[in-house]
Amino acid sequence: MSAGTEVNPPARDRRGAWRVLVGLLRRPRSAFGLIVIVAMVAAAVLAPWIMPYDPNDQMFDGLSLEGAPLPPSAKFWLGTDLLGRDLFSRLVLGTQTSLIIGVLANGIAVVLGATVGITAGYFGGWVGGILMRFTDLMMAFPALLLAIVLAAIFKPSLLIVALVIAMVNWVQMARVIYTETRSLAQRDFIEVQRAMGASTVRILGRHILPHLVYSIIVFGTLGISTTVLLEATLSYLGVGVQPPTPSWGNIIFENQTYFANAPWLVFFPGVAIVLLALSFNLLGDVLRDTLDPKLKGRH
Amino acid sequence: MWGYLIRRIGESLLILLGISLVTFILLYLVPADPARQIAGRSATAETVANIRAQLGLDQPFHIQYFRYLGNLLQGDLGRSYLQRTEVSELIAARMPATLLLMGAAIVAELIMGLTIGAVAALKRNSAVDQSLMVFSFVTISAPQFVVGILLLYVFAVQLGWFPIGGYGTFAHLVLPALTIGLLGTGWYSRMMRSSMIDVLAQDYVRTARAKGLGKLRIILRHVAPNAILPIIAMIGIDIGLFMSGIVVVESVFGWPGIGQLAWQAIQRVDIPIIMGVTLVSAFFIVLGNLLADLIAPLVDPRIKLK
Repeated sequence: MSAGTEVNPPARDRRGAWRVLVGLLRRPRSAFGLIVIVAMVAAAVLAPWIMPYDPNDQMFDGLSLEGAPLPPSAKFWLGTDLLGRDLFSRLVLGTQTSLIIGVLANGIAVVLGATVGITAGYFGGWVGGILMRFTDLMMAFPALLLAIVLAAIFKPSLLIVALVIAMVNWVQMARVIYTETRSLAQRDFIEVQRAMGASTVRILGRHILPHLVYSIIVFGTLGISTTVLLEATLSYLGVGVQPPTPSWGNIIFENQTYFANAPWLVFFPGVAIVLLALSFNLLGDVLRDTLDPKLKGRH
Repeated sequence: MWGYLIRRIGESLLILLGISLVTFILLYLVPADPARQIAGRSATAETVANIRAQLGLDQPFHIQYFRYLGNLLQGDLGRSYLQRTEVSELIAARMPATLLLMGAAIVAELIMGLTIGAVAALKRNSAVDQSLMVFSFVTISAPQFVVGILLLYVFAVQLGWFPIGGYGTFAHLVLPALTIGLLGTGWYSRMMRSSMIDVLAQDYVRTARAKGLGKLRIILRHVAPNAILPIIAMIGIDIGLFMSGIVVVESVFGWPGIGQLAWQAIQRVDIPIIMGVTLVSAFFIVLGNLLADLIAPLVDPRIKLK
């Protein structure tokens, strides 16, 4: 227990950040998550150099004589898809898609959720009331149906898919930040700041926000996992990322009719989705335990 | 108690009203023109205009909404644009399949989740505990379409234990229920684990041990029932998770429930059906949350009604 030692979170403490990183690497779960995430980011950035083939090239020797996709082999490491394209190359390029949407959608959701949460929590009143009732309302929406409807309204592009996912995913963050801001706003040290005539902007920026940083990091990390899963699901249903741009979800969408004969076309993209989502979940879970003792799940 | 009940029900109704409005706005914005779709490609502009007037689509937004809301209050969800049937009939016809799947999935996830959570708590910090918790993380990180298709491949295509899809017998139910249940298993096992650990640390458990009661008896009579109580209330909240999963799982398994209905409607832009399913799902979610709030204080008197 470190009761009473931490009043202000060391938000700008570089050594603190370093210590957190070392702590994460020491725990098997978060170390695994970090390694997978770093590897996937590397794959996404270095995609042009990693991909053995052009991911959109429908190769003549990418199909069997009967026109069936080829299983994994020395030539095509993860096999080929229904159109004779190299699955490994498409998966690598799909990593870009997943990460871009994951970071973009989740970034928007975090900013939106935190803004709603802080506004409602700090100012309260009728503005806060309306914002939180709206949040309740969004909580009651079947998220996937809502995302499907939104994606069907707007022609899906990467940006639109990211926006749609953000529209569905900000709610969780808003809830958490609202609760924390509310309890912070009633604490004595904020009262003192107000009495001393500090401006609202200063109170929010210097005294409220720093206390929320940990929660934002934790739920932001867990949120990427939700985002990755939602993108995959939308793309699988055909209303997410549109072919020929490869995404792990739409690779399965394009090939699922053939899965009984070519299971690798579902298995490998599926593993990629699970690995990425799992890594952010593991990382977020460990971060929650190490960064914020208040949120700590009992272990 | 009664005041609380009435207020919570009032809040739930307001949320449903809000949902009907948001759904209506969203679908009002859909660029596809249903009148043009019904009329077919070769129809004249006049025919299309007639159909539009017939459906009331030429009216201003608020009139359309209030007409919709008025019908809604009478249980009328409108007519499908393409199937020329009442949406409420379509949904009612498919509801039993979805409810059956929901029931089976909840049973599956409770059995798996509670068992895994209990074992993990009893073997706390052991290798068994670690592997079970990693497993629970994997289940919440796996999209349901991947789990569904892989289960289909292994147990239906390769082993031939279950049919590849469809509806009718118990065998048809197993894989879709398992697919939905696995996601819930992840959540329930983690809740059960921490709940068990809490209860195991209670004084009455120590007393039971001191009395010399057998280990199994203590766990079954004293620990498990108390650990399960707080989780019972979660079943209500779980319905939300379930409602989001049915579109995918019912499409993967060809299960003729409202999720599949919604999916088919989305592809044909059959707006009244999409709205109907969204509203019915939202209704279940709101009802589930309401039940969770009402059940929690019943099973655990320490939770006070606010």
